[in-house]
Amino acid sequence: MSEIRLEKIDDNRWLLPQTGGMRVPGIIYANDKIYDLLKKDESAKQVANVAHLPGIVNYSLAMPDVHWGYGFPIGGVAAFDLDGGIISPGGVGYDINCGCRLMTTELSISDIKDKIKDLTTALYHRIPSGVGSTGYIKLSGKDQKKVLEEGAQWAVKAGFGTAQDLETTEDGGCLSGADPEQVSTRAIERGKQQLGTLGSGNHFLEIEVVQEIFDEKTAQAFGLRKNQIVVMIHTGSRGLGYQICDDYLALMVKHAHETGIELPDKQLACAYLNSARGQNYLAAMACGANYAWANRQILMHLTSEVLEKTLRVAPRELGMRLVYDVCHNIAKIESFTIAGITKKLCVHRKGATRAYPAGSDTIPARYKGVGQPVLIPGDMGAGSYVLVGQEKAMQETFGSACHGAGRVMSRTQAIKSSRGRSISREMADQGVLVMAGSRGTLSEEMPEAYKNLQDVVQVMHDSGIAKKVVRLKSIACIKG
Amino acid sequence: MSNYNFFDHTADIGVEISGRTKKELFANAAYALFDVLIENIKNNGKTVREIKRRHKIISVDGEDAADLMINFLRELLYLFNGENWVVGDCEVMECGNKKLVVKLTGEPYYKLKHLIKTEIKAVTYCGLSVTKKKSGWKARVIFDV
Repeated sequence: MSEIRLEKIDDNRWLLPQTGGMRVPGIIYANDKIYDLLKKDESAKQVANVAHLPGIVNYSLAMPDVHWGYGFPIGGVAAFDLDGGIISPGGVGYDINCGCRLMTTELSISDIKDKIKDLTTALYHRIPSGVGSTGYIKLSGKDQKKVLEEGAQWAVKAGFGTAQDLETTEDGGCLSGADPEQVSTRAIERGKQQLGTLGSGNHFLEIEVVQEIFDEKTAQAFGLRKNQIVVMIHTGSRGLGYQICDDYLALMVKHAHETGIELPDKQLACAYLNSARGQNYLAAMACGANYAWANRQILMHLTSEVLEKTLRVAPRELGMRLVYDVCHNIAKIESFTIAGITKKLCVHRKGATRAYPAGSDTIPARYKGVGQPVLIPGDMGAGSYVLVGQEKAMQETFGSACHGAGRVMSRTQAIKSSRGRSISREMADQGVLVMAGSRGTLSEEMPEAYKNLQDVVQVMHDSGIAKKVVRLKSIACIKG
Repeated sequence: MSNYNFFDHTADIGVEISGRTKKELFANAAYALFDVLIENIKNNGKTVREIKRRHKIISVDGEDAADLMINFLRELLYLFNGENWVVGDCEVMECGNKKLVVKLTGEPYYKLKHLIKTEIKAVTYCGLSVTKKKSGWKARVIFDV
């Protein structure tokens, strides 16, 4: 980040001063250790690039898991005025509504200790994963449209899970305004075969155990107790989402050219929110988001079936319950108070999760007293954290927090440094059974490829954006 | 020397492609894309079902050389992701400033023959460049993986 100078605001924040064509300054959430990592890539420059976009409000933000992406940095948050502001497909990302879902069970670690291998094998065989994996669900044209319009609500109607699951899914598992007419035939084609699949790369399904509780009252509200077995799923909208992003990026490169929007990087291509092209993208993006929610809802249902069958327990004994489902690649119209005036903004979260505090209207009734669960998966060895959103997030980060640990090593570096090692053996030594479709994925996803999750989470905790509730330890992991 | 080299990018894969001519540059870009995606499985002498190779002619438009490059690679990626087609040979028939016509020879994806190495989500505009050098043409492209 040669030409970028950051000024320290406090122990957890760095200011990126407004220079050149930047319309607002930037703020990066980082402690000294993470700041040192920032110097090694171009993410600070990308934070500055986002600040050039029309209608950006207050700051171009980056969460502590920030790393070099394409266009927007990963871990980037930016809000735009509905009047004069823009929407950018690259600010959402290719994997629209990539997100996490955490489910609790009535089981404790002692109940499954001897059956972890059986469980993992059964899950690995039942949950389609890997590059180009296809699902069991074959959709008719009519159903395909409904998936795009109704999201997880369609999945529940089709018998995957219960209405209760929808209560604890962000937006009830259905983003309004979805219009399948705005989705290309190519995107629809790619989506047909992939509903109910995990995918590859950093997507996973993990069996985890609640290891440490930081905030007893909130943990209880979330239904989490020590030694409890939980399941975390991380996946998104698969090829359908990638294609929607790709289609609209190409259109918006043209739009930006025609309307004279100056872009420091073409990947930031965008359209004015009040233009037809901007509105069409929002309608198509909502379809991608809904597909992803349906996908995670189906995978949750498949998981509960496998657990019941393998452990020979009844659904009631397993007691699988959805704690929360958050999206971390999305743009949403949300209300915030800026300089005393409440207004609607289009908040882009690219590798960032929502982190609404207690009392917010749009969080599930059962969490209104404590705040929204914020799910932060780590690398294969580090496990995950559950945090809870705080009021300060509404004041500083448009109600957003980090979404994971964030990469520090490129995939090629990771593959190089894992040569001659057995990552799955190393993970087994740490008490994590890993099953992956390819050795390449395992190498790319090895723990050293990521920042230290504790550091990232601590920055969010100490800056008062989201507070730590529990830490989860991985015991089994399925990857593509 | 190889006609393409990979460069480091934290989350994705970057490729620098070269070609003595612009036509060669585009053909090499196609090979680089499929090299990231697919590895031909060696079968230790076992016979793999013979797959009939087919030809396909595609035409791509763009505002300039960089736009042509990304639109071409996006098209190839869709042939793989949407139509399960693996490109083996690429002959650039026409290479104008705003139009590219390419004859592709390829075969349907067959899992006993083609090992998918990396899933490419997309070809990005990020840091995209196509430039003419003294020694020929160079392009830089980042694949989102």
